[in-house]
Amino acid sequence: MIRYILRRLAFMIPLLIGITIICFAVIHIAPGSPTDLQTQMNPRASAEAKERLRAMYDLDKPLYQQYLLWVGRLVRLDMGISFSQDHRPVADKILERIPITITLNVLSIALIMSVAIPIGILSAVRQNSLFDRLAGLFVFVGYSIPSFWLGLLLMILFGSWLGWLPISGIRSLNAEYLPPARAFLDLLSHLILPVFLLAFSGLAGLSRYMRSNMLEVIRQDYITTARAKGLSERTVIFKHALRNAMLPVITILGLSVPELIGGSVIFESIFVIPGMGQLFYGSVMARDYPVIMGILVIGAVLTLLGNLIADISYALADPRIRIS
Amino acid sequence: MQSDLWKKFLKNRMAVAGSLLVFGLFFTAVFAPLLAPYEPTEIHLDRILAPPSAAHWFGTDQLGRDIFSRMIWGSRISLMVGFVSTGIAILIGTVLGALSGYYGRWLDPLVMRSVDIMLCFPTLFLILAVIAFLEPSIWNIMIIIGLTGWMGVTRLVRADFITLKERDFVLAAKAIGAGDLRVIFVHILPNAMASLLVAATFGVAGAILTESALSFLGIGVQPPMASWGNILTDGKDNIDIAWWLSLFPGLAILFTVLGYNLLGEGIRDTLDPRLKE
Repeated sequence: MIRYILRRLAFMIPLLIGITIICFAVIHIAPGSPTDLQTQMNPRASAEAKERLRAMYDLDKPLYQQYLLWVGRLVRLDMGISFSQDHRPVADKILERIPITITLNVLSIALIMSVAIPIGILSAVRQNSLFDRLAGLFVFVGYSIPSFWLGLLLMILFGSWLGWLPISGIRSLNAEYLPPARAFLDLLSHLILPVFLLAFSGLAGLSRYMRSNMLEVIRQDYITTARAKGLSERTVIFKHALRNAMLPVITILGLSVPELIGGSVIFESIFVIPGMGQLFYGSVMARDYPVIMGILVIGAVLTLLGNLIADISYALADPRIRIS
Repeated sequence: MQSDLWKKFLKNRMAVAGSLLVFGLFFTAVFAPLLAPYEPTEIHLDRILAPPSAAHWFGTDQLGRDIFSRMIWGSRISLMVGFVSTGIAILIGTVLGALSGYYGRWLDPLVMRSVDIMLCFPTLFLILAVIAFLEPSIWNIMIIIGLTGWMGVTRLVRADFITLKERDFVLAAKAIGAGDLRVIFVHILPNAMASLLVAATFGVAGAILTESALSFLGIGVQPPMASWGNILTDGKDNIDIAWWLSLFPGLAILFTVLGYNLLGEGIRDTLDPRLKE
């Protein structure tokens, strides 16, 4: 197992290098130098900001030196100083935002699993039933619906018309004065809509995936054997089939991490949640380049970590992976 | 053979429903000037945020502009974004996938690692970061969506090429002296068309969704030009008073994307039933 993990970690190194090269390319993507662009595009950018940008990315040095210096600072988590009014270090600004975003993502993954897996199993066990058809329809609509629009509709319905749920922030103004239990409920009511929406598109994909896995597994010989032994259908499905059908789900969840993190930009800005996505959106609007570059790198590294966790869990669950 | 496929396609309910929806989009986009009752940027300060009525089917926005007309013109954006972005992604993906699948050797791991690296980025992050350095315009958006969407196509084409390049008809073509380029484009690529066409159709659906999200965030199509996404931004700003701004443009996106997804599914069932899950 340890050898597998080490091999998997070694595999990450070229990916990390590739990630930094692409991020570095983004800085240089504009025709001319990024500092020219900064002043042309953004009348608010002062000569001072321009100078800071030039110094930060060593724009007067040759390209490969710029890259090496930039990566060197990145490794030490030195991402420069934000261009915004607070002049704080970029790393601090990003790190304090990460827990909220990760919490939202983990909750969404939990929701996706607890809803999509039962739907998938039921669809497979009752293939072509009314339930299966309805689930298929739901999947199609789920793939096609713009989830931010669904968000708007739910905000109108639950926030504006019914007034059941708050539609901005993560706690009410008076949350500090509430007893712990009430404060928790308050937090929960703020998280319901964002977590549901973040999970929504993943739900459709995973339930369909679970269904096709399950269909494949229940056609195999060992399931026929189990049935032939006279085991109840319940035991066959939940004890024999489910384990094998669940395995590939781990990989799919790992692959859905970038989509979830990307989605946090949309939902954190709609619902005014102070996470990494909202910081990123604000920074893009304000052209706060150091923060943009920092989040771009960290977003990719988080994805890489998500995939790593998924691969290791898979290897733990399935011995065939770690041996071959 | 051809007419058999058509018959099969026309019998497929998903394919027909998808075709009708996509045709509706084409029709609306092409005849926008004739269909729209008002100019899309025509301001009526006397009917600001008017609810749906006989004069304004889908209501008006905060400048009194007719939403129905703005949506009709917005269909042009969706149509264009779908084709241009997907065209770019298909072009890059086909070339990279074909070369890496056909030649293999050092090229294949290089291309595959590039795919892995690109897949590490949350696509929306990459697009937004690039937009921050460039100007948000419809052309930049289309190009960037294309440049961040080629990875799936590359994998698909590569896989097709790896299996096809060993087949007898390819070996035969090589034996009579066909050059590499001829083998790749004349002999192998046509056989990979089925999966490519399916991927392209789904790609269009994805590109339209991405553009609408970007425009909604205010970094896509810029006002006063209308796109379905940026009308929804107005919807969010007036969320407590004007539900019609939020409802109708979203339905247009939903049905358009649904149309392309159904069409893709229909094409897949028709051309290659084996591809079905």
